[in-house]
Amino acid sequence: MPGAGVYNMKLGMWVFLLSEVMFFTSLIGSYIILRFAHPDAFAQPGEVLNVPLTAFNTFVLICSSVTMVKAFAAIQHDDQAGLRKWLIATALLGMFFVGVQAFEYIKLAEHGFVPDAAAYAAHGKPLYGMTFYTMTGFHGAHVSIGVLCLWFTVFQAYRGKYTKYNHGGVEIMGLYWHFVDLVWIILFTIVYLV
Amino acid sequence: MENMMLDPAADPATHVEKPHANYMMIFVVLAVLTAVELGVAFVGLSRRMTIVALILLAVWKAMLVALYYMHLRYEPKRIHMLVLAPLPLAVILVMAVLTEF
Repeated sequence: MPGAGVYNMKLGMWVFLLSEVMFFTSLIGSYIILRFAHPDAFAQPGEVLNVPLTAFNTFVLICSSVTMVKAFAAIQHDDQAGLRKWLIATALLGMFFVGVQAFEYIKLAEHGFVPDAAAYAAHGKPLYGMTFYTMTGFHGAHVSIGVLCLWFTVFQAYRGKYTKYNHGGVEIMGLYWHFVDLVWIILFTIVYLV
Repeated sequence: MENMMLDPAADPATHVEKPHANYMMIFVVLAVLTAVELGVAFVGLSRRMTIVALILLAVWKAMLVALYYMHLRYEPKRIHMLVLAPLPLAVILVMAVLTEF
C-alpha cells in the first residue's frame, strides 16, 4: 500500500493540511508576539469586535462540520440522496458564514475599523486592524475556497461519482472542511475572546 | 489496480467501514464548550486565568474536531506521527521570533 497506510489522495491532503498548520502558525504566532509587545495597540475583548455575532458564526461553522461528516457517513452507506442533501447543507452553511463575516467587516469599516486604521485611534493602533483583517481574511478565503470545492463535490455527487466503495473525494473534502473549522476555533479564541 | 492505488476503498472485497464516534454527541460537546468559552471570557476571572482557561478549551475543541470529525483517532500510527511532526516546528517558529524581543 502506498504511503503511511492510507490512500494517496488522503495522504496528500494530510500533508497539505500540515503545511497549512505552519501557515496559520506564522499568522497566529506573529499576532501573539505583537500583542505581547504592544498591549496598548489592542482593544479589550468585546470593545470593538462583535463577540455575540461571531459566536453565532462559530456555531454555524460547527454545524457545517456536522453536516459534512453526515455527508461522509451517508455515502459510506451508499445513501446518495443523503450525501447530496448534507453536502448542499454544508455548502450553504459555509456561504452563510462568509456572508456574516462580510457583514461584520462592513459594520466594522463603517465605524472606522479598517486594515490601515491610522484613523482608528480611539481603540488601539493600526496593528490591531492589520492583524485582525489578515488573520480573519485568510481564514475567510479558506472558507470561500472550501465552499467552491464543496459545490464541485455536490456536482460530482449528482453525476454519481461517489459510491459506498469509492468516496475518497468526499473524505478529503471533509478533511479540508474540518481543518478550516479547527482553525476558526483557535482564531475565535485568540482574536475575539483573549 | 491503478484505482486501488488511489483509493483502496474502491475494492468491495477490502472495504471495511471504519469505526467512528457519535457525531451528534461531539457536536453537542462542541456547542457547549463554545458557550462555556463565552462564559469564561466575560465572567470576570483574572486575566491570566481567563487566558489559560480559554486556550485549554480551544485546544480541547480542536482536538475533538481532529480526532473524531477528521477521524484521526482511527488512522494508522504513521499518520499520527505525520500530524504531530509540524507541532514542534510551530513552537520553534514562535519561540524563535519571541527571542527578538
